[in-house]
Amino acid sequence: MATLPGYRRQRAAQEARYDHPDYRSTALRAPKQPFIRLPHTLSEITGPRHAGKPVEPHEADLTKGFGPGEALGQRIVVSGRVMDADGRPVPNALIEIWQCNAAGRYRHENDTHDAPLDPNFGGAGRCVTDDQGRYRYVTIEPGAYPWRNHPNAWRPKHIHLSLFGTGLATRLVTQMYFPGDPLIPHDPVLSAIPDKKARERLICEFDWETTVPETMLGYRFDIVLRGRDATPFEQPQAAD
Amino acid sequence: MKRIVTPSQTVGPYYRIGFGPVPALTRPDIPGERVTITGRLLDGHGDPVPDGMLETWQANARGKYDHPEDWQDKQTTPGFSGFGRWIPGKDGTFVIETLRPGAVPYPGTDPNGRGRKEQAPHLVVTVFSRGLLKHLITRVYFEDDPALAKDPVLRLVKDEARRQTLIAKRNGAQPGAYHWDVRLQGPGETVFFDV
Repeated sequence: MATLPGYRRQRAAQEARYDHPDYRSTALRAPKQPFIRLPHTLSEITGPRHAGKPVEPHEADLTKGFGPGEALGQRIVVSGRVMDADGRPVPNALIEIWQCNAAGRYRHENDTHDAPLDPNFGGAGRCVTDDQGRYRYVTIEPGAYPWRNHPNAWRPKHIHLSLFGTGLATRLVTQMYFPGDPLIPHDPVLSAIPDKKARERLICEFDWETTVPETMLGYRFDIVLRGRDATPFEQPQAAD
Repeated sequence: MKRIVTPSQTVGPYYRIGFGPVPALTRPDIPGERVTITGRLLDGHGDPVPDGMLETWQANARGKYDHPEDWQDKQTTPGFSGFGRWIPGKDGTFVIETLRPGAVPYPGTDPNGRGRKEQAPHLVVTVFSRGLLKHLITRVYFEDDPALAKDPVLRLVKDEARRQTLIAKRNGAQPGAYHWDVRLQGPGETVFFDV
């Protein structure tokens, strides 16, 4: 077989815009030239699915293992499914996770926000989806933190996530937000996504089913990656 | 039912907590001609982007991708996944050390299986940084490759000057040493692809 179905293009309004002046750092970093539309070749349909060493189970618990004790803050378990836009589960998918601590401080040399570091919290973790595409990790709820984007700017509480998916075209780096966070409507990073329903995809849901009595609150967050075209294209895109 | 795809957000300034470098060559005995691509990640003023990150994806020396959908009847290379993750220094410089990939096919073939086009050896490069709300996808090819003139993807870039932004230039006399900058914006802006 010499041709493979590509991945379906996303609707522009359902994806983050590059040029978004409300997010100040885009001013010198968002490309200005039009992008060249690339038909999906083997280079885009194949892709990395993992990075670095194989994931070990303890990496899915960010509350333990960094320091001698347990991390401070509200313990939460985040779980869900990784699937494509047609609902097909994505098994064995790597999820790389990082976040600030409960006080809103990142363990990074450039974070000078005067909130305390937690000696028992590093902020990084990884997990892998099972054969049904399900994942689960335990962490503490991150705090909101101030940033210098505009006066009195605060990022809503969020957890950074990175996935490869099944091919290069499914690569996703995003942020998960928390329901009811009053900062969400004011956030210039989230507002870069024009479509309201698409923005809502980034907000997890409180979930009694996975809340563990006397232990941790459960949040559910499904991740949807691009689906495939129904048929392979037969000819390369004609050059204009 | 078609679901909305989870949208992207910026990687942010603190991604180093989650991402460390991942070398493409994890062992010295991986077969293939070594190449080194040195360059800088630059913003719209030509200033370094020290908090960005690059990922590369490529075929092995035979032009085979380590992925179940690469249908080619070629061998993969044990120990070489084709993936690398590169963290620039404070001056925005990155150094990609890898092997020269082989040519890979381009989709479409005539009914007799002849005349199938090939893509010249290249790396797919994905760029992340604070200020980029979504990653960018580009490619890097090698200046001295005679197959460049026939590469179907390079031909999609009509402007010759823009096409040159996808081609790493020989870096002095050292064999396999190349130079290639990535400019996010402004004069000499690198070509980025809508994938």
